[in-house]
Amino acid sequence: MNKLQLKDLYDGFRNPEVIKGFSKLINEEAKQLKYPINIMEVCGGHTHSIMKFGLPQLLPENINFIHGPGCPVCIMPKERIDHAYILAQQEDTILVTLGDMIKVPGSKGSLQDARAKGADVRFVYSPLDTLKIADENPDKKIIFFAIGFETTTPMTTALIDIVLKRGIKNIFFHINHVTVPEVMVELIDSRDEHVDSYNNRIDAFLGPSHVSVITGSKIYEKFPKKYHRPVVVAGFEPVDVMEAILMIVRQFNESRCELEVEYKRSVSYEGNLKAQALIEKYFEKADLFKWRGLGNVPESGYRLRSEYSNIDAEKIYSDILPKEEIEDHKLCICGDILRGMAKPNECTIFGTACKPSTPLGSCMVSSEGACAAYYKYGNLL
Amino acid sequence: MNKQITLAMGNGGEENNELITKIFYKAFKNEILEKSEDAAVIHNGELAFSTDSFTVNPLFFPGGDIGKLAICGTCNDLAMMGAKPKYLTCSVIIEEGFATRELEKIVRSMKKELEDNGAVVVSGDTKVVPRGSVDKIFINTTGIGVIEKQGISSNNISKEDVILVSRDLGRHGATIFAAREGIELTSDLQSDCASLTHQVQALIKAGVNITALRDATRGGVSAVLNEWAKQSKICIEVNEDTIPVSEEVEGICEMLGFEAVNLANEGTFVLAIKKDDEQKTLDILHSFQNSNNAVKIGNVSDAYLGKVLLLSSYGTKRFLDTPTGELLPRIC
Repeated sequence: MNKLQLKDLYDGFRNPEVIKGFSKLINEEAKQLKYPINIMEVCGGHTHSIMKFGLPQLLPENINFIHGPGCPVCIMPKERIDHAYILAQQEDTILVTLGDMIKVPGSKGSLQDARAKGADVRFVYSPLDTLKIADENPDKKIIFFAIGFETTTPMTTALIDIVLKRGIKNIFFHINHVTVPEVMVELIDSRDEHVDSYNNRIDAFLGPSHVSVITGSKIYEKFPKKYHRPVVVAGFEPVDVMEAILMIVRQFNESRCELEVEYKRSVSYEGNLKAQALIEKYFEKADLFKWRGLGNVPESGYRLRSEYSNIDAEKIYSDILPKEEIEDHKLCICGDILRGMAKPNECTIFGTACKPSTPLGSCMVSSEGACAAYYKYGNLL
Repeated sequence: MNKQITLAMGNGGEENNELITKIFYKAFKNEILEKSEDAAVIHNGELAFSTDSFTVNPLFFPGGDIGKLAICGTCNDLAMMGAKPKYLTCSVIIEEGFATRELEKIVRSMKKELEDNGAVVVSGDTKVVPRGSVDKIFINTTGIGVIEKQGISSNNISKEDVILVSRDLGRHGATIFAAREGIELTSDLQSDCASLTHQVQALIKAGVNITALRDATRGGVSAVLNEWAKQSKICIEVNEDTIPVSEEVEGICEMLGFEAVNLANEGTFVLAIKKDDEQKTLDILHSFQNSNNAVKIGNVSDAYLGKVLLLSSYGTKRFLDTPTGELLPRIC
């Protein structure tokens, strides 16, 4: 028997014939749609897949994607990047974070700039890699700048758990974890005065599968029930996305409005209860978390519970971390893009003043941001 | 441009181009330099001349070491202009405390690779600097080669050409990334680090109608194709499912969110060859172990001038851009 190869795991989900088959079915069924539908893929990973695989080219004109706010790097407000920048410049300090974060500019510059000026900034694949850095640098303070949605949150809590259980004294945490459902509510039910538009054009949601592996699909219950938006939890391969779109189209054609799971291979209704318990143990919801381009969103971010103040970098360094709000760049329309009111190429600075090498707005920052994805793959479309 | 030099400016991509154009080309401006080829063509088109510095970390990696790399890198740049490498210089900056035994090992690799290329080191320089001034050892090599086929240039590619790659992509980049980040692989992934002189010489001897050659180092094949598309004012259309990528490299890319076309290679080259010579070229490349999976990946068109178009097997298309920024993994 041949040994199992990685390709075997994803090949079926990238099979050209299956993709074409779904395209045909969707085009057929979409003819019955009474009006064009806009599907928001909440997660930047989906935006990336949609652009990378060129899926809009396979869909009829009455199905559109609205690229959502689900890139943890893109939504990080300048205030919090400034925190990271300042923390990184403290003496005998190593700031540790995940990949793309080091490119994002705050008001003082990016972590990449801080590093060029001599700060010790490192990126890791797994938060647990921070343990090795702390072990090798016992005389330094290691600050883990934690970012990400529900998918990465349990990894941070696992690190916290180890740090506390082993009594490690030189690892501290700056928590910037955010949650998906709250920002979805914000997008369709906005009361925020920061934003000049109260409209949105979202008819249905594509929910990210990896978030639901942790949280279960239950977190989306209220969207069909209370907000009348169907949600399909979908994987990231092209076949997954195409199947989920077909499921959404069928809901509209059959006048259903439901929560469905396309990614049945790993998502359950309840999710990973152990991971949820760890999050509950160490974190609580902050009243407000500011999202770049969207403003303050209630209950959308986590912070460390007060009993863990001794490892909370935001509290320990509160004297030097600025608290003033910073306005977003005037010409940047990230807020409207995230709400589905505008496409990236409708922005006046798209591709000129704002591009992946010099991003101004949040959506240009990570390869998963809507603007960066458009810049890279989409000027064709 | 940034007030400080960032790592992104050395990535072989967009920021790197900006740094070179705005600082070095501006100051050193001349006709030969501005051709922006792998090696400068001098002395009435008879000689190719090139230089490269090597700072790889780790110094020893699966498939090679900094010594082998230092010879291959410069010799390959010469080979890409149709030249046979002849004379090299070798300049070494060593950090205080570096193990003599490791230096010997590196120099042995250099010697072996020089012999393979039929080239000799004819001049050198050694500096030892205080601890912390360099990271262990940096090597510069500069080389001169005799051009055996004139007129190879990345400025002359046309619709009469097809685009080939000499082997599967991204091995060096993936190997170094895995080694540097301590990603433990239970595989035999090795850098593609190798000299390309023999392959190029064989193509020239067989009279293959070569338009352009370029080894796909930093920035990978996508940087090469984008440079070519811009320099020759053409559109290069690549069929995505023909791009050769090994199982191991694909695995690392899937895991970290990279694309093999953006990863560095050190013994892989891209060829623009006249259409009629496609099969002949492939037959020759296939006779070498290092290029036995050489394959055609694309054609030249005038659809989007200066751009590289990637065509999927299910009928969609997108642009393949020059890589930007540091090579960073996606978060989720």
